[in-house]
Amino acid sequence: MSSSDGLYAAREPIFPKRVSGRFRRLKWAIMAVTLAIYYVTPWIRWDRGPELPDQAVLIDLAGRRFFFFWIEIWPHEFYFVAGLLIMAGLGLFLFTAALGRVWCGYTCPQTVWTDLFILVERWIEGDRNARIRLWRADWDGKKVRLRVTKWIVWILIAVATGGAWVFYFADAPTLLHDLVTLTAHPVAYTTVALLTATTFVFGGLMREQVCIYMCPWPRIQAAMMDEDTITVAYRDWRGEPRGRHRKRDVLVAETTRTATPAALSPAPVLAEPGDCIDCMACVNVCPMGIDIRDGQQMECITCALCIDACDEIMDKVGKPRGLIDYMALTDEAHERTGAPSIPVWKHIFRLRTIIYTALWGGIGVGLVVALFVRPDLSFTVAPIRNPVYVTMSDGTIRNAYDLRLRNKQGEDRPFRISITSDAALRVQAEGSDDAIVSVPADTTKQQRIYIMAPPGAPAALRDSTDVRIWVQDMVSDERAEKETIFNGTGQN
Amino acid sequence: MTGPKDTGPKDLEGDVPTTGHSWDGIEEYDNPMPRWWLYTFYACIVWAIGYSIAYPAWPLISGATSGLLGYSTRGQVADEMASAEAANAEINAQLAAVDLPGILETPELQQYAFSKGAAVFRTNCSQCHGSGAAGAKGFPNLLDDDWLWGGTMEDIHATVTHGIRNTTDPEARYSEMPAFGDLLSRSEIAEAANYVQSLSGPANDPTLVAAGQTVFEENCTACHMDGGIGSRELGAPNLSDAVWLYGGDYDTLVATITNSRFGVMPDWGSRLTEADIRAVTTYVHQLGGGE
Ligand code: SF4
Ligand code: SF4
Repeated sequence: MSSSDGLYAAREPIFPKRVSGRFRRLKWAIMAVTLAIYYVTPWIRWDRGPELPDQAVLIDLAGRRFFFFWIEIWPHEFYFVAGLLIMAGLGLFLFTAALGRVWCGYTCPQTVWTDLFILVERWIEGDRNARIRLWRADWDGKKVRLRVTKWIVWILIAVATGGAWVFYFADAPTLLHDLVTLTAHPVAYTTVALLTATTFVFGGLMREQVCIYMCPWPRIQAAMMDEDTITVAYRDWRGEPRGRHRKRDVLVAETTRTATPAALSPAPVLAEPGDCIDCMACVNVCPMGIDIRDGQQMECITCALCIDACDEIMDKVGKPRGLIDYMALTDEAHERTGAPSIPVWKHIFRLRTIIYTALWGGIGVGLVVALFVRPDLSFTVAPIRNPVYVTMSDGTIRNAYDLRLRNKQGEDRPFRISITSDAALRVQAEGSDDAIVSVPADTTKQQRIYIMAPPGAPAALRDSTDVRIWVQDMVSDERAEKETIFNGTGQN
Repeated sequence: MTGPKDTGPKDLEGDVPTTGHSWDGIEEYDNPMPRWWLYTFYACIVWAIGYSIAYPAWPLISGATSGLLGYSTRGQVADEMASAEAANAEINAQLAAVDLPGILETPELQQYAFSKGAAVFRTNCSQCHGSGAAGAKGFPNLLDDDWLWGGTMEDIHATVTHGIRNTTDPEARYSEMPAFGDLLSRSEIAEAANYVQSLSGPANDPTLVAAGQTVFEENCTACHMDGGIGSRELGAPNLSDAVWLYGGDYDTLVATITNSRFGVMPDWGSRLTEADIRAVTTYVHQLGGGE
């Protein structure tokens, strides 16, 4: 128990012990994959032609473009990002409802980087017992040497982490060159410094404190789990009464001392000893420093390392695995009555998760469809309403419109502007005699156009006339259209 | 086991007191806060003290402490404006130096001049000509193709620089229409008004128009020319087109002929920089009627 003498308690360091097993292997694999994705992605090249950047994933803030391999997102398509965020949200609902805090345990950057930092710590300072000894030891030469070595490696990792982040926002090779030659923009250095500091502090020093006190996710997740959600749990009905010794008289004392949950005591006192040999292996490996045998706790990130640890022990003492296991609350109820537990697929495929999956998939399909049907050519029309019309010297009534023409091609394109409406109406682009506008590659061009009704024409005299403006790419023949209105003098 | 472990707040031994509240039977343990949190709080206090010394912070009777760094939002705006000025100095110099039609031929210069001109216009010109440049009665509409003093870049530039009929710039464009109320009879004025109306619209009473033509040719063609087509040298409006400065209805025409009109525009050469004037000239030229 942490010291409760006072308002504030110092963090008690945790020294997770090395463990091996299937979940540890899975975690190593996920760590390798996620870190590789993070560090490698900005360096992937993708040819888009001479005018556009050749970085596969690039958030070009100054140019207001997001490049993702063959996809290019413009600011007016930000709904794609909103859609992705909604999908991310629903995905988390789905995974939390089905598998609890699986995100926390396997893929959260806080978990992945903490794992990496602990790995380094173990390489340099040794496993749990050595680290505890070192922690207790006075500051002699050896301790200083080990600590400084560890901190240097941590800082190198932190710099690489912060450094990789900025490569997503600029051409990576250029930026790396600039960073190294001290010619990069101060914002780049500030970002790297900030992320270096947070990586070092969060991964090296604060670790589980971030999860327990800073992250809102554990609280939110509690609201999204239910009795069918699969989490890490201890089969206390099988493990208790726990004990190292097999003698019943000792067992009584043990049970009293370790304060089993109230629901279990005092009945097992005289029962056969449980499977738990109270070796503390599960506690020693826990990166959150908790004892899973106390039941489900807010701190548990379901990293499953305690499952690996206990399985190893069970193998050694010749008992079946799974004293600590992934299971749902309903399983517990079943098993206590002696019924077989519910198969995993039944926990996962149920109405709630199916609805989440359907929503998630529906939005995903919608986004993909939107991605494929979105035109390479698009424009907006802003009618000028100050004034609504201008009388020219020959009596022509003229309306002005500002078009924003988007050319998403990697080359300059001529666009022809035309209208369908009353036959008498004519269209003309500002600064030219016709209605052909050249739009530079990968830009939006604002172009004013005029629509004119000759004197006395119905459209000149009516209050308003519907007009459809067409823009045609003269190379690809792709067309786009917009409805708007032509204002006359309103005399008729 | 004696190693440090088990930091989580929990209460298995029942020795942690509760806060004493109970919400629907749910009670809250009174566990200690993490100490780093306390240190973070102290660090914030230290930061706040330093911040309030470095930056304007404490309210006084009049104003506030100014802070060691001498920061002020007004100063920041001034700095930003100065640096924007400095950043544009080169292109402004270029704008002031090229020949006027050359502005339209250099896309970069033209775009800069247009945007800058729009800002100059909104600040200085929109009071009379309207924010959309559509003018008002007596203030020319700058969107159409009808120009009193000419619509080329040079013409507009001269008009903006020297102004019209002002007393401050000797080079201001000048002309003066007589008040014909002193020179013509009421019936002659009525005839002239009928004739002027017929120039751009359907003929009214043919006899009045014919009489009006005589009056017009004797009194008005010196400036408004035969057929009322106007003269840009004199700023005499074209009376045969569809655009009216003061209005083309009969009563307004009679009032104009009787009392004359005298529209004045300031000489902006004395208030704006050459780059500003050229920018606003470009802007006006591009509003849809430039020649
Ligand atoms: S690892 Fe297994 S046997 Fe050992 S204390 Fe934990 S639950 Fe008991
Ligand atoms: S209790 Fe087990 S699953 Fe939970 S955080 Fe600790 S080691 Fe991971």
